[in-house]
Amino acid sequence: MTQTLPMAGASAQINLAGLSKNDYRGAPSTLCQGCGHNSIASQLITAFYEMNVVPESIVKFSGIGCSSKSPTYFLNRSFGFNGLHGRMPSVATGALFADYHLKGIGVSGDGDTASIGMGQFKHVMRRNVNMVYIVENNGVYGLTKGQFSATAEKGLELKKQGANQYMPVDICMEALASNATFVARSFAGNAKQVKELLKAALAHDGIAVLDIISPCVTFNNQDNAYHSYAWGKDHEEPLHDITYIAPRNEIVLEREMEEGEIREVNMHDGSVVILKNLEKGYDPTNRFEALRELEEAQRNNWLITGLLYVDTSKPSLTETYNLTDTPLNRLTEADLRPAPDMIDKVNALMF
Amino acid sequence: MNKVVNDFSITVGTVNGSGSQTANTTILRALFKMGIPVSGKNLFPSNIQGLPTWYTIRVNKDGFVARRDETEVMVAINPNSFARDLATVQPGGAFFYADDIKQPITRSDISAYPMPVKQIVRSDPNIPSDFRDLVSNMVYVGILTTMLGIDIDKVYAALNFHFKGKQKPIDMNFNTVKAAAEWAKTNLEKKDPFYVEPMHKTDGLIMADGNTAAAIGSIFGGVQFAAWYPITPASSLAEALNDYLPQLRKREDGKHTYAILQAEDELAAIGMAIGAGWSGLRAMTSTSGPGLSLMTEFAGLAYYSEIPIVVWDVQRIGPSTGLPTRTSQGDLAFTNFIGHGDTQQIILLPGGVNECFEFGWRAFDIAERIQTPVFVLSDLDMGMNQWMSQPFKYPDAPMDRGKVLWEKDLEELKGNWARYLDKDGDGIPYRTFPGNKSPASSYFLRGTGHDEYAKYSEEAPMWYRNMERLKKKYEGAKKYVPAPITHKVKGASAGIVGFGSTEAAILEAQHQLNTQHGIQADFMRVRAVPFTSEVADFIKKYDQVFVVEMNRNGQMNELLEIEYPEYGTKLKSVAFGDGLPASAKWVREGILAKYESAKKPQKAKAKVVKSKTTKTLKKNTSAKRR
Repeated sequence: MTQTLPMAGASAQINLAGLSKNDYRGAPSTLCQGCGHNSIASQLITAFYEMNVVPESIVKFSGIGCSSKSPTYFLNRSFGFNGLHGRMPSVATGALFADYHLKGIGVSGDGDTASIGMGQFKHVMRRNVNMVYIVENNGVYGLTKGQFSATAEKGLELKKQGANQYMPVDICMEALASNATFVARSFAGNAKQVKELLKAALAHDGIAVLDIISPCVTFNNQDNAYHSYAWGKDHEEPLHDITYIAPRNEIVLEREMEEGEIREVNMHDGSVVILKNLEKGYDPTNRFEALRELEEAQRNNWLITGLLYVDTSKPSLTETYNLTDTPLNRLTEADLRPAPDMIDKVNALMF
Repeated sequence: MNKVVNDFSITVGTVNGSGSQTANTTILRALFKMGIPVSGKNLFPSNIQGLPTWYTIRVNKDGFVARRDETEVMVAINPNSFARDLATVQPGGAFFYADDIKQPITRSDISAYPMPVKQIVRSDPNIPSDFRDLVSNMVYVGILTTMLGIDIDKVYAALNFHFKGKQKPIDMNFNTVKAAAEWAKTNLEKKDPFYVEPMHKTDGLIMADGNTAAAIGSIFGGVQFAAWYPITPASSLAEALNDYLPQLRKREDGKHTYAILQAEDELAAIGMAIGAGWSGLRAMTSTSGPGLSLMTEFAGLAYYSEIPIVVWDVQRIGPSTGLPTRTSQGDLAFTNFIGHGDTQQIILLPGGVNECFEFGWRAFDIAERIQTPVFVLSDLDMGMNQWMSQPFKYPDAPMDRGKVLWEKDLEELKGNWARYLDKDGDGIPYRTFPGNKSPASSYFLRGTGHDEYAKYSEEAPMWYRNMERLKKKYEGAKKYVPAPITHKVKGASAGIVGFGSTEAAILEAQHQLNTQHGIQADFMRVRAVPFTSEVADFIKKYDQVFVVEMNRNGQMNELLEIEYPEYGTKLKSVAFGDGLPASAKWVREGILAKYESAKKPQKAKAKVVKSKTTKTLKKNTSAKRR
């Protein structure tokens, strides 16, 4: 219905799926100019293109909020479900049973995930639903014009709200505590890292959480705010640079990044982010280490970025259900309705 | 002394958590297998162990099996309810009591029979000491077998069914039954008039509970996804899916055609069902009132975004915990309006166990045809108690999967379709599912305003047009929902409207009104909302129509008044809710209290009757609780 075909005559580059980048685009963004979410949507388009993903194999999900509008800005050719505030996980959980070939991509925000949706967030983690769960985290409610979210740092001052008096929720820590099998954090301004983490997340079978600090240019972009561009640029402490390498489903981490390497990344709005490698030997398969890193970062006021944790050994939810080879939503009456003689057997089972 | 045969009630007063349920259903099933119309109601507290609980069995040769307030045969096992139990036996009744309860028998108008429960259990050396408590309830089964004339072979059949043919527990329990029956033969002299005798009135019938029937019906309806959260009295519905799906949908390759998931709460349960329904699975959830409240926002979304799901509400008394183990028809109005903004929900109202089965599969056809949620309202009494029923009937129509487009269809349409376009003029658009490989298949579902192409739209005419289309679908649903069932009597001048589990009580009251009060009233059992044309046709016919239901507000009456304001003056609400299954007595008295005989001036009569009603109901309430 919403197919976007490459323009005739254009020398569009084609990927291995036979598609051009245009095939992965969505409707024009209606978010504020300079919003971190737009940059994430753009990295999503690139990641899907580079991963040769067939758009029909992806289902988009979101809850409510600015972040949750963004699934319309990429993958026009994929189905999408913009549901209720904080309830994206349950809808995705049910929907992905229909066809086990499908992968979900969910876009949520800090309000949608860490406040109203905290319960469902944690349960979708422990069930290991086969989806990428992006939190576009800006510490503020944008769509209702600037209230605190649960990820806002203590002491943050907002125009109409005064100072925030509560400690923030750390989404990555919550995900780890709930036994998520892939946990990463990035910064919307760090486009390369966002893209590489997205590609790794897409390759992961099971739940992959990406907490992406995504500054709100309108309501929370004071230089000293945790979720602002300026703060993010100064305080970002990547665990390591990762590059996703395509073949099969194998996740390859480039661990041997040169010590002290400094890399400048140009952002879509023209600014530059400096990524710095902190720990050379960080092992993202060690859950204990991941929790330690997060705790340490919190104590030191660091914005730790990178792939914090990955466990590829656990089956995703639908894999544990021993479903038919034919996707459930293509089964017919012959598969679903017991034969007529079964009714006598059933009546015999009653007293 | 004249024998009273096959027409009395037995009540067992016991402690919950003591395992008496096995004994009680054994008696119930044995009577059923003797061919006697029978019903059993478990009147239990919200507790696991230690509080008083009652089980009441009614045998009735004429087939009237609604609960009665009165009991002729009482079995008192619980010292804490002994005095109350003793006080409530009908004069001339039989009172069986455990002889270790050292409380005086203060009545001489009844026959009292002590039961040496411990002695009988200990007399069997084959019962290990830690099993004695478990089998001790079989003592009253055995004693009643002798004293009422229950066929002991049928008791064996009931135990065999209960223990699924496992010989060890069957033998242990049956030996106690036999020992107690023998003891009664030698030691008790029959002084009361109550007997059972074999009949053939249950031939061809089955006995089951509504939740099991609903689950099996759903399986014949091809259920593929169910998400649920534990809640009394609905839990056993989802558990029955887990029990029966592996047997009934077994495949040679051992793979599953379904997924059942226990969610973290009711919000997630319906959210998952909606996700599954949207992507093309026959999806359901099951809950009770408090859970349904939590599902409200999602129910509104599903209505507006046109997602088929089936929601079973096994009603109990709310709010919050309310009376969680007591029955009610109190969610009707709420369900009708559930959601935010304008909604019109489709509700099915099964009246018995076989209809729980039928609506189990039919609900999916209606939901997928109309592309909307379908709510099925049963209640605790129907859901959890054992009912006699006609056997389940195989669905009489193939599955209706509604308007669905796959790759081939889209190819034929050359991609020319829109999710919310009313192509056929019936308000029902076509839908596609995720997993469809055609690049033309996808759309973005949203609760936000949308145009026919599912594109974001806040345009006023667009919103209006869409809501009008949804209304058209709802009107069209009248073609698919089950029509009411009418029970007529000769020369009726009044009507009775009811729904759900009150049918047995209303049929009996209808009979009593006719034979004892000279009031002829036809009875229509409504089976769905929206109301089909038969409902108006029925109401039209009579000067007065009594709307009988188990709640306080008279919710069915309210819905009828909204739908048919022109008949408002003839509709009379007979609503009563106290947590107990309906009895013919309150139906009859409720109707009599509001009945206007043609001779007297209406106003004066109504006043007199009103003061009388209050009294009757008060009396009624105090008498109800033993």
